[in-house]
Amino acid sequence: MSQNEKTNWPLWEVFIQSKPGLSHKHVGSIHAADAQSAIENARDVYTRRSEGTSIWVVPANAISASSPDDEGEFFEPANDKVYRHPTFYNIPKGVKYL
Amino acid sequence: MDENILLENFQKKVDAEIKVEPKDWMPEKYRKTLIRQISQHAHSEVVGMLPEANWLTRAPSLRRKMILLAKIQDEAGHGLYLYSSAETLGADRQDLIEELLSGKAKYSSIFNYPTLTWADIGAVGWLVDGAAIMNQVMLTRTSYGPYARAMVRICKEESFHQRQGFEIVANLANGTPEQKEMAQDALNRWWWPSLMMFGPTDDNSPNSALSMKWKIKRKSNDELRQDFIDRTVQQAEAIGLTVPDKDLKWNEEKGHYDFGTINWDEFFEVIKGNGPCNQERLSARQEAYNKGSWVREAAKAYAAKKQVSKAA
Repeated sequence: MSQNEKTNWPLWEVFIQSKPGLSHKHVGSIHAADAQSAIENARDVYTRRSEGTSIWVVPANAISASSPDDEGEFFEPANDKVYRHPTFYNIPKGVKYL
Repeated sequence: MDENILLENFQKKVDAEIKVEPKDWMPEKYRKTLIRQISQHAHSEVVGMLPEANWLTRAPSLRRKMILLAKIQDEAGHGLYLYSSAETLGADRQDLIEELLSGKAKYSSIFNYPTLTWADIGAVGWLVDGAAIMNQVMLTRTSYGPYARAMVRICKEESFHQRQGFEIVANLANGTPEQKEMAQDALNRWWWPSLMMFGPTDDNSPNSALSMKWKIKRKSNDELRQDFIDRTVQQAEAIGLTVPDKDLKWNEEKGHYDFGTINWDEFFEVIKGNGPCNQERLSARQEAYNKGSWVREAAKAYAAKKQVSKAA
């Protein structure tokens, strides 16, 4: 096998919307030479039983992600702000629609 | 951070049933074990298409042919879900495929047995997919997130495989005496190799303890094998077939079937490459890969050309 052939087709991450109105959700990845064939391959691999109404593919190396190592500090600012949740507030008994 | 602390935190997380995700710290041995296991699993799906393809052009009706085609497509899909999850651990897809093609990588030894009659297609779905499902249902709860998610997809699709196989066997078993004999013959040949799919007995399975500790697996080989036997015997009885094991007997006290001794010499011979079809399977994969090389190259050339014209 030549060294040239050893190079994979690029990797794409696949996101599928299961029905209109819902968000696209990550389902896995696919190898394909270009975006169009990535979409077609993703259809064949991830929607054989009508699991999707729309597909997004994104080059895997274009995704930036937060690091699990500083997960604690990174998400810490949200932890002490309970007043962001409606359950924080006391509402007099009998008051409705609030 | 100190390796021991990392390891301790890792174990705590696994024990707390928090899934391990691709970018999380994990012991090198966990990563390696998973890459080996997931890629072997992927190879099994891919090689598993071959014994079924043998009957595709000779399926007895259009209905059966369409079903078999859909099942084989599913196996290809399952292979791809699994390669995709192995890649999240840093494995290179091309390396994994080359390991299969060179004969270095293992795949499930069951696929080195031939599908001699149409009844074998039924037996493969009923028994081989049935045994695989036992293992795969367990793996939907494996500690590595991407592997568990791939397994959820796979399990959803596998139950169709098992049912269509059972339907084939059941129809034959209810047919003419010759058809029934064909079904029984398939059961006779596939029963023991199916039991071997769960791997060596627990006392002879050195890697199992660590895999259980890290919750890669959650049930031992012997437990899964016993579950499979307990379920399948009743299915065989329901269609009037006999499981080919003279020692098979319901054990009231244990609440399980007792069963005869598995021929482990045969199992290890097939793993070593001396099964009936090892050579045939490998050359079929190599041929398919080589014949497909122009497609891979053409797609890349076309993508590069479009890139240039877009830039211009």
